Amino acid sequence: MSKLNKKIYMVAGYNTVSLGTGRNEFHPKKPRPGIEHYVEEAGRKTLEMIGGADNVDECVVGNFMAERFNKQGHLGGFFPMIDEKLQYKPATRVEGACASGGLAVVSAIKSIMAGTSDVVLTMGVEVQNTVKAIYGADILAGAGWYGKRKDGHAYFFPGQFSDRAGAYYEKYGYDYAREGMGRWFRNAVENARLCPTAQEHHNKTPDLDALYKKLKPNGKAFVDNLNVLDCSKVSDGASTIAIVSEEGLKRIGIPRDQAVEIVSFGHKVRNLTEDPPDLTELTCIKATAMEALDSAGITIDDLGTIETHDCFSIAGVLATEALGFAAPGEGAKFVAEGNTARGGKIPMNTTGGLIGWGHPTGGTGVHMAVTLWEQLTGNAGEAQIEMPADKPYALSINMGGDDVTVVSVVCKKA
Amino acid sequence: MTYEERLQNVTVLGAAGKMGSGILLLTAVEMADLMLKSGGKSKAFVLNAMDVSDEGLAGLIQYLRAQVLKIAEKKMVVLRTMYHDRKDLIENSEIIEQYVNDVLSVVRPTTRLEAAYGSKLIFEAVNENKDLKVKIFRQIEDNNEHTPWYFTNTSSVPINIIESEADLKGRVLGFHFYNPPAVQRLVELIWTNQTSAEVKEFANEYAKNLGKIVVPSNDYAGFIGNGHFMRDALHAIKEAEELSAEMPLPEAIYIVNKVSQDYLVRPMGIFQLIDYVGIDVVRFIMGVMNPFLDNEDLHSPLLDKLFDTGIKGGQHSDGSQKDGFLKYEKGRPVAVIDPETKQYIAFDSFSGADGKIGAIPDPAIVWKSVVRMKNKDEVLQKFYNDLKALDTLGAKLAIAYGKRSNEIGKALVADAVANNEEDVNTVLLTGFFHAYGPINNYFD
Ligand SMILES: NC(=O)c1ccc[n+]([C@@H]2O[C@H](COP(=O)([O-])OP(=O)(O)OC[C@H]3O[C@@H](n4cnc5c(N)ncnc54)[C@H](O)[C@@H]3O)[C@@H](O)[C@H]2O)c1
Repeated sequence: MSKLNKKIYMVAGYNTVSLGTGRNEFHPKKPRPGIEHYVEEAGRKTLEMIGGADNVDECVVGNFMAERFNKQGHLGGFFPMIDEKLQYKPATRVEGACASGGLAVVSAIKSIMAGTSDVVLTMGVEVQNTVKAIYGADILAGAGWYGKRKDGHAYFFPGQFSDRAGAYYEKYGYDYAREGMGRWFRNAVENARLCPTAQEHHNKTPDLDALYKKLKPNGKAFVDNLNVLDCSKVSDGASTIAIVSEEGLKRIGIPRDQAVEIVSFGHKVRNLTEDPPDLTELTCIKATAMEALDSAGITIDDLGTIETHDCFSIAGVLATEALGFAAPGEGAKFVAEGNTARGGKIPMNTTGGLIGWGHPTGGTGVHMAVTLWEQLTGNAGEAQIEMPADKPYALSINMGGDDVTVVSVVCKKA
Repeated sequence: MTYEERLQNVTVLGAAGKMGSGILLLTAVEMADLMLKSGGKSKAFVLNAMDVSDEGLAGLIQYLRAQVLKIAEKKMVVLRTMYHDRKDLIENSEIIEQYVNDVLSVVRPTTRLEAAYGSKLIFEAVNENKDLKVKIFRQIEDNNEHTPWYFTNTSSVPINIIESEADLKGRVLGFHFYNPPAVQRLVELIWTNQTSAEVKEFANEYAKNLGKIVVPSNDYAGFIGNGHFMRDALHAIKEAEELSAEMPLPEAIYIVNKVSQDYLVRPMGIFQLIDYVGIDVVRFIMGVMNPFLDNEDLHSPLLDKLFDTGIKGGQHSDGSQKDGFLKYEKGRPVAVIDPETKQYIAFDSFSGADGKIGAIPDPAIVWKSVVRMKNKDEVLQKFYNDLKALDTLGAKLAIAYGKRSNEIGKALVADAVANNEEDVNTVLLTGFFHAYGPINNYFD
């Protein structure tokens, strides 16, 4: 169990815009900022909030596939570019597919626990609009086992989760499932509209339900059981947050009410070369989230908000079942009834999640941490939700591959 | 001979031209798909890309490569199944590259007509010149022992004339693509009294496999599309000339162009369309059609005048619009020609013209949004009812324009060029992207 041996806090979160289709300023044919721009912007903003780079002991960056998206490895070497005072300090890049950001958070936590650092500048970044979606699919397929790529779909990951959706339709009914998935999509966009950095922030579609119903999944053009609205976005973006000890918090001089305390975390992997034991279950998410909740000594009833990895709407629905909010097969109903919307029983992905805010793959785990920090410290702007006094905890679930690497973090206001 | 056998050896004539290169692209893809489906078991597929222009052929392969790449990226889902047995091709990018190579491997560029002597199917898209077309067909016919079929892309020459002059007896068919062939969904198929059932059947199947919408058109010069367009254009020129009694001709051209776009709710104004097709081409097609028409004179001295001064419209080799009736900046018209001085006069200087036209009933009714509307018919009915209530120059011109277009459409049916009114409307809707067909009740 990943018990924490000391108090650990997160402060000074920052998200760049999630750039890609949906944003007004995005134009596929015009030149765009490169990965350096995102690293620099996100890093600099957090440094400004924590009193400068002098205060930083160590840097870590989560990134999935810059080697292929940007022909760039060795991302740790970018930190001194942000601020010369980071020159000759330690920096590490970590990778676990779309859970790379979560792994950055975990490695920062571990460094604090080990006592090697008191302030860790923690970043996640991915810049993916450098290639057309059809080639991006090849790159992202690297989150699965290459041994299965040949038999996979052209759009490999949509194909994987289309199979999950198909299995869910078969077991529980197509229309029933689509109700839940459609509501998940609507929640995502409605939340994104409240968050200025979200990729769907500019979305003006008047009737999202009607749009969702109209776009039927079409296996000839895309995958059999999902349409494009069921999918997360192709995004360029970065997020940063400082992960600090009690000592570190004092050093950077940030008031305690602007910090959240990391209460526990979970981190597990499932065999990459094996198919999921049951397509309608996210078993690794379940085990990891339970580990985090158990070691925090809480249950789902203590949670006031959740950031969960909705790379596809079906993954959002299945997460409600994995966490135990709904029995197997009841997740679609749970979502369709509005329980996961803002103001619902358990607000999820309050700034849009991967479908609404965006999914710069290796950055997503840190984006989740930033969003929870914003919500718990009153920094969420228009997207702010009310945390119920009897449910002070927040949970994140960051997944890499098809339920393969999972990181889950529990936190609460410090 | 099966469909596949017919397509095993094909020649495209004029392959480096605007139409020929598109026809070549579509045919190369169709042939490569057949080859891949047969698992490489059928004999080689050969597509001769024949053109007299070496320069043209030099750019052709690059054009093809870029276009096939786009097509491959779009049909990646299908390609994965097509290459399922190729264990060495794993990523999309690898499969796409292989597909591009497979399609290009079918194509043989050549400047020699002899290449067509071994073909079973000839697509012809050389310049619009009846005698040239007949001469080439005749030469192939004399030297080709496969009794090939001839598909001509002529825009205006009656097919039966080509058939009899080249002595092709039932083996020729008008396969009229729209420009650009790879994008435009419409094809008009034209046959003669003699065209054999097999030829028609094959043409239909081929068009369908290319994803085209087929409208059969009877064998009268100009067929349906140009039958409407040429007369529509002449109406516009006549209106502008009449208006020029009260104002300078450039201003009149500006007004008619604007009315034909905004009030008729079309994708572009009529003079812009003439420029797009080419003043030379329009004039030429009228010239080809004219001898076949009894009580009509398809001819415009104004077009002659512009043509003689070298103002022709059409496109530069990079696809950008050349100046014609209008002058273009970044693809948008900005000025009108004064045929007397050959100077262009900026739209800005016609500030009085918009006042003369009068206000449009509903500025929200623009082609771009109307084409997507589900209740298009209802919206347009209201728009034109409102328009009829107006006593403005714009409304008067628009109503006369709509009525004339309607009359042209109905005459195409009465003269048996089209089999029915629906076919006329389909051609204008899909080939010219109009928001509504010319045969309607809006202007009654
Ligand atoms: N452009 C259009 O909008 C359009 C639409 C429908 C049909 N068409 C018809 O398609 C045909 C071709 O038109 P285009 O616009 O592509 O013209 P184009 O001038 O772009 O192409 C004609 C090509 O034929 C080649 N050519 C000339 N003489 C030749 C010969 N003896 N042998 C082989 N090649 C020869 C030329 O080098 C040129 O590459 C015409 O019959 C035209 O009426 C054109």
